[in-house]
Amino acid sequence: MANKTILFNKHIESNAKMVDFHGWDMPLNYGSQIEEHHAVRQDAGMFDVSHMTVVDVMGNDAGAFLRKLLANDVAKLKVPGKALYAGMLDENAGIIDDLITYYLTDTHYRVVVNSGTREKDLAWIAKQAQGFDVTVTERPELSMIAVQGPNAKAKAAAVFSTEQNAAIEGMKPFFGKQAGSLFIATTGYTGEAGYEIIVPEDEAEALWQALLEQGVKPCGLGARDTLRLEAGMNLYGLDMDETINPLAANMGWTIAWEPIERDFIGRSALEALRAAGTDKLVGLVMEEKGVLRHDMPVFFTDTAGIEHQGVITSGTFSPTLGYSIALARVPNAIGDTAEVEMRKKRVAVKVVAPSFVRNGKPAF
Amino acid sequence: MSNIPTELKYASSHEWIRKEADGSYTVGISDHAQELLGDMVFVELPEVGDTVTAGEDCAVAESVKAASDIYAPISGEVIAVNVALEDSPELVNSDAYGEGWFFRVMPSDESDIDALLDAEGYQAVIDEE
Repeated sequence: MANKTILFNKHIESNAKMVDFHGWDMPLNYGSQIEEHHAVRQDAGMFDVSHMTVVDVMGNDAGAFLRKLLANDVAKLKVPGKALYAGMLDENAGIIDDLITYYLTDTHYRVVVNSGTREKDLAWIAKQAQGFDVTVTERPELSMIAVQGPNAKAKAAAVFSTEQNAAIEGMKPFFGKQAGSLFIATTGYTGEAGYEIIVPEDEAEALWQALLEQGVKPCGLGARDTLRLEAGMNLYGLDMDETINPLAANMGWTIAWEPIERDFIGRSALEALRAAGTDKLVGLVMEEKGVLRHDMPVFFTDTAGIEHQGVITSGTFSPTLGYSIALARVPNAIGDTAEVEMRKKRVAVKVVAPSFVRNGKPAF
Repeated sequence: MSNIPTELKYASSHEWIRKEADGSYTVGISDHAQELLGDMVFVELPEVGDTVTAGEDCAVAESVKAASDIYAPISGEVIAVNVALEDSPELVNSDAYGEGWFFRVMPSDESDIDALLDAEGYQAVIDEE
């Protein structure tokens, strides 16, 4: 029996096609995932992300513990509410999960992790927390709704109370703030402006309904995937996992090498990998017909005439661009072009930085 | 519940055919098939003048989810293709039995048609999936 989020009935009311997603019954689409995608790029859409796991890390050692646990450094977070994207690595520098940490106070950080990795994450965090003065508390009674798109903030403002709107007035990107019963954050997984709202379970349906009445379109996992891929954002389990280090997953920017005395888990393995050189994650663009898909092989020839092979980790049709895009893990020597083997033939593709659409416009 | 018009004939591989006044047959994919595939993004069609053979792949429907071969339900010559799908593949989703048609075949062997399923038979195929 799959888990259901508190919003399950709201999805059914909106004619969702439900699918199993890591043990959760989640909406794939509400008719057309492409229409949902465009709603987020052009207006406002919302996603039930209540399956994600909210964890509060509290105690005198909360900061010190997270500085050990994560490859990014929470000491960068100086203003309450500021958020940080980070990889949680094992001793071999393999990525256990990618997550967002909010700094609330010196003794209270909030971490949001993926649903598919929930159990191993919680076990790993509990194990590493030994010896630190911290308590780690999962918050399953909290639901989460992401409202995204150029009109998302205005539509959400019509639903928030006067006090809530005052509390988040002028909030910069990648911040979160408790405002009344809602934790409102300027984060997302689409490349658009908007909020991720953590809401007590018993208020979630009313919030969803209120947003619906403001014309915010419900969007499913299908649109969520094409939106995140256009934005060049990784999906755990496809673009990286425990066999992949962050340097090979376009997550080099999330590694805080300084200060050098900070001994985060996986650091020494990662330093060795950096010295030896690793594969990298690039973007691919194919303007002719067809769709690049997960697991398709990628070929290119280096300047010495030697052929190398890589693999597509995520691929899709980009509804905004009208052609196919992909993320691919390839040897470092790759140039501006490559070939992808699809349906028994090789097709030329452009190699670009892994970001395809920003604020509704091509980004490469 | 999918829509399965009773006036059409179906292949178990989810194509439908409809007889036209000139003796040719229009071919498309069923409502059930488009629903399984999800939003269509590209359709590759045969060319007018091509000869197609019953049961062999002759077109591709590529959706956000997967690329699927489309099989010719009957043998014959392709006498028209739906060029509108080039720019608007979503017609397959919105109107699978109408504007979302794929191509039209002049049959070379009418007995191919007898081998196809009626609506009830096709419903049984779906029920078994």
